Amino acid sequence: MKRHLLSASDLTLEDAVLILDTAEELAKLVDGPVKKLPTLRGRTVVNLFYEDSTRTRISFEAAAKRLSADVINFTAKGSSVSKGESLKDTALTLQAMGADAVIVRHSASGAAHQLAASGWIAGSVINAGDGTHEHPSQALLDAYTMRRHLRDGKGDLAGVRVTIVGDVLHSRVARSNVLLLATLGADVTLVAPPTLIPYGVEQWPCQISYDLDKVLPRTDALMMLRVQGERMNNAFFPSTREYSRGYGLDDKRVAALSSKAIVMHPGPMNRGLEISAGAADGLRSVIVEQVANGVSVRMAILYLLLGGASIEEVSS
Amino acid sequence: MSGYLLRGVSLLGEAQVDVLIDGGIISEVSKKPLAPTGVHTIDCDGLVALPGLVDLHTHLREPGREDSETVESGSAAAALGGFVAVHAMANTNPVADTAGVVEQVYRLGREAGWCDVRPVGAVTVGLHGTQLAELAAMAHSAARVRIFSDDGKCVADPILMRRALEYVKAFDGVIAQHAQEPRLTEDAQMNEGFVSSQLGLRGWPAVAEESIISRDVLLAEHVGSRLHVCHLSTAGSVEIVRWAKSRGVMVTAEVTPHHLLLTDELARSYDPRYKVNPPLRRDEDVMALRQGLADGTIDAVATDHAPHPVEDKECEWSSAAFGMIGLQSALSVVQTAMIETGLMTWSEVSDRMSTRPARIGSLRDHGRPIAVGEPAHVVLLDPRGKSPFTLENNASLSTNSPFIGMELYGRVEATFLRGRATVLDGKLAG
Amino acid sequence: MDAALREVLDSGDINRALSRIAHEILEKNKGVTDLVLLGIPTRGAHLAERLAKAIESIEGVSIPVGTIDVTLHRDDLRSRPARALLPTVIPVSGIDGKRVVLVDDVLFSGRTIRAALDAMGELGRPAQVQLAVLVDRGHRDLPIRADYVGKNLPTSLKEHVRVSITEIDGNDSVSISGTPGGSE
Repeated sequence: MKRHLLSASDLTLEDAVLILDTAEELAKLVDGPVKKLPTLRGRTVVNLFYEDSTRTRISFEAAAKRLSADVINFTAKGSSVSKGESLKDTALTLQAMGADAVIVRHSASGAAHQLAASGWIAGSVINAGDGTHEHPSQALLDAYTMRRHLRDGKGDLAGVRVTIVGDVLHSRVARSNVLLLATLGADVTLVAPPTLIPYGVEQWPCQISYDLDKVLPRTDALMMLRVQGERMNNAFFPSTREYSRGYGLDDKRVAALSSKAIVMHPGPMNRGLEISAGAADGLRSVIVEQVANGVSVRMAILYLLLGGASIEEVSS
Repeated sequence: MSGYLLRGVSLLGEAQVDVLIDGGIISEVSKKPLAPTGVHTIDCDGLVALPGLVDLHTHLREPGREDSETVESGSAAAALGGFVAVHAMANTNPVADTAGVVEQVYRLGREAGWCDVRPVGAVTVGLHGTQLAELAAMAHSAARVRIFSDDGKCVADPILMRRALEYVKAFDGVIAQHAQEPRLTEDAQMNEGFVSSQLGLRGWPAVAEESIISRDVLLAEHVGSRLHVCHLSTAGSVEIVRWAKSRGVMVTAEVTPHHLLLTDELARSYDPRYKVNPPLRRDEDVMALRQGLADGTIDAVATDHAPHPVEDKECEWSSAAFGMIGLQSALSVVQTAMIETGLMTWSEVSDRMSTRPARIGSLRDHGRPIAVGEPAHVVLLDPRGKSPFTLENNASLSTNSPFIGMELYGRVEATFLRGRATVLDGKLAG
Repeated sequence: MDAALREVLDSGDINRALSRIAHEILEKNKGVTDLVLLGIPTRGAHLAERLAKAIESIEGVSIPVGTIDVTLHRDDLRSRPARALLPTVIPVSGIDGKRVVLVDDVLFSGRTIRAALDAMGELGRPAQVQLAVLVDRGHRDLPIRADYVGKNLPTSLKEHVRVSITEIDGNDSVSISGTPGGSE
């Protein structure tokens, strides 16, 4: 594995399966009586959040604490965008604190890459969502959830048919998922109105469709993306009603899914827009489980990046 | 001793001659060795002499942002890059939209003395794109402005563009358009394509440039005016300019050195030094730009030298400023992209970096051949091997160039401005 | 350096040793009541399975067998890159109040067993913990000893003990490489 987790493309098939397997083992432990493992005792993990995301921050914090790491939450109110402290100054501060890993969430695409490449900090950088770029730990927990339901928690996802629906253009979750799922051998189809599919998508390792109803029966895992209603002000779609008609998941569409298919959503949901309450809470939904799986997967990421020798320790 | 004897210099990379510079002019050019007395002799074995370079597109930042560049520091960098004249863009603070500001910049250039600084006047008041600036006043000022541009912003309003094109005919001016359709590029960060789709950076589509160029060449044809297109960056733009020229439209165009060499793949580093406007494009675009420059569709290489303070580049890509500095590396990059590839000769380089830019800027004293009686604007370069571009030899106040720290082809040995050496032995001569 | 292998236990030796250990476990614990075997992956886990079978063939009763991975409790994690976790499978009857026999292939420094004791501490509170190993090669760093030993194998620190078992390696064998007391 590389020293940082910045993009799902940083992971080879072996890396990805190792993370998922490790998460399986950790889940068995923490689902049982073990609440805390000593593995990362003495390591410092910093949650550097430039953007509010309580769920992701709490998930990483729980993961780090269950491995006995010291956790520092650093909520940077405003970045250099709003003339606050610059990314560089914050990074230098964290370096002075001796962070072994920095988990960074930022509204600017590439912020995690810049932290990792700058030489400002020595520890591992974990991208917890950067702008509209990537969110690799989310993709890993999604893959983990799919593997549990569709592949008995083992191996890769070869042949699993995944359909990702919604605002792909602005979605870091979709970008990371497409890359990771391709690595794991899944067949991915993106479904959205053409305005919400990025220009240049032809070279992505996936299929594109504008017709959700056609794709539904051929879907094993259906992932609904959050769609912001304000997008209609920029002419991405005419109205939320028209969007829901074409691309929202309602009870009728759930019924069109095959009997084993699962329904996923990275949250937070816009109930009534991209997903109906019935679909979100129904039998096919694994949305709540995704949240729980997030902790195991993030424990696995932290263990594999920090549990062994750091590069400096090996060379010394 | 006031004159210089360039002994055995390769004129435009061709025949070896002795050139005598005296009294501000080229006083002798001879295939036989000259033996004048009382002059400095420079052994030019292996060196190439070109007419002094003219840049159509420089940001000197003064007045207003003297922390990133001044007329003095920017024109010194120009001299080190082999330039004898630069056109200083209007997006200063205050904007160069009045005779007062352009005269100030002009005067600062003369005082610095490193090269001729020709101010570019704003097309619209404050670059706001709503009301024409007093173009005639700038044209008739001591700065004798001939190029007008809102560079950094596009004159997007078609009626304003039409009027500007028409109006400057009265004093042989030209509108230099920064072709960027504003609505299509709101918050745009890089070329729109596969790379932007992966990086999650808002795309700057080629059509936003090409649609404005298309409109403007048709407007220029309609009103019979001269149009200059700044920094072409796409294959489509080259096609449109080629088509317009074939129809007889009075259009000229420039390309930056970096667009001749670098592609959007570099954005994968998220290193804001690669963030420029227009953005770095695809490999196909780079090849089309080189072809366009080689066949003369593109008239000039212009640096778009854009200094920015460190903090405007040491930050997130999306909050970083656009642009890179380019005066000192321009000739090296052109050598890499055009000479080493065999696409152009030094004679053609001198046409695109001196003759034609001088003509576009109506600089009668510049872009002249190295011939007896002509003003002695000469650059001597050593095209052999590579030399480092470093923080130490960078004369700009800013460091935002991806080429700093690299070994680049060629080296400017000397620059002569009206017979006076501004650069000798690769260093400022003052 | 010549890494000549000297076989010290063959397949028959290993079977006899495991059979003896099974009898000793039954003898010491006076039967199978509350007995749980926990193998340390990977080879210890398979040895635990074999011991359980041996005990079953003697007593006619099957006893709970599980595995316990010690990776997360190792004290040498930082000496090399993070390693993959191995399965921990605790029998449904649990380990609270049980007599747990830890099973491993080689007892050396004792650090793995310490880690196993720590890992077990997270999972429950056995009434008693015992240790069975196929080979004890000495050189303990910690005050740990085995209750059941297949073979005591005095070695030098320069030597390397290699345990092969059919389930993983295709044959049963214990061998030593390197030279006893030899210099570099």
